[in-house]
Amino acid sequence: MRKVVGLIAFLILLGFLVWGVLLIHPFGYPSPAYMDDYIIENAQEETGNNNVVASVVFDYRGFDTLGEATILFTAVTGVLLVLRTLKRKEDGS
Amino acid sequence: MLSKMVRTVANQLIVFIVIFGLYVIAHGQVTPGGGFQGGAVIVSGVVMLLVAFNSKELKKSLRERTLSIMESTGALIFAALAFAGIGTAFFYNLLVGTPIFGHVPPTGANPGDIWTGGVVPLMNLAVGIKVVAGLSAVVLAMALFSSGEEVEE
Repeated sequence: MRKVVGLIAFLILLGFLVWGVLLIHPFGYPSPAYMDDYIIENAQEETGNNNVVASVVFDYRGFDTLGEATILFTAVTGVLLVLRTLKRKEDGS
Repeated sequence: MLSKMVRTVANQLIVFIVIFGLYVIAHGQVTPGGGFQGGAVIVSGVVMLLVAFNSKELKKSLRERTLSIMESTGALIFAALAFAGIGTAFFYNLLVGTPIFGHVPPTGANPGDIWTGGVVPLMNLAVGIKVVAGLSAVVLAMALFSSGEEVEE
């Protein structure tokens, strides 16, 4: 019974995935291209960066980079917290 | 601790690795790369030292507390630079046109024009400090834990 339910769920999910892949625009033709063109044309005079990728990462999409830095901070905090707690528990027992 | 040959080569090589990492961080607004990538390069050098020497030896020079302070400082500088342009918008590049990193290049390729970018070079530096300290702390803590040493607070 569980296997049948799992198989049905898997088939439904697979159908959704295939449906999504079939709806993608053809390769090499991104449908909304006006944002790319705007950034490529105006990034150098607006942000002064010669590297347009850096201007996108740190200026146009800076909020995304802030989230990335937060993820790194959380990961470091978690690793230090877990390792320290385990060490202390070993000492205590 | 590995053999003397490995330790000597690692001692010589760490200088070049750190210099290359600093180059990638400092030229983030000109060439491909930036804070995250250059920081990862420097941390790979730290991992090399960790393999060549053992973690107990490396703990003497890289203190966990210093690394934590460095990481928090980098994060605070990054957030402060983001909030500095809050008068116009969050993450507004307010240094473009000013004497500090403010030279606006003409459209097209400008090799060697590094005095550009507004707040982007400073953000690269802050993120670089943060990545170096954070990943070094993670690697060092894992090595100390697996070798049974006490993690210093």
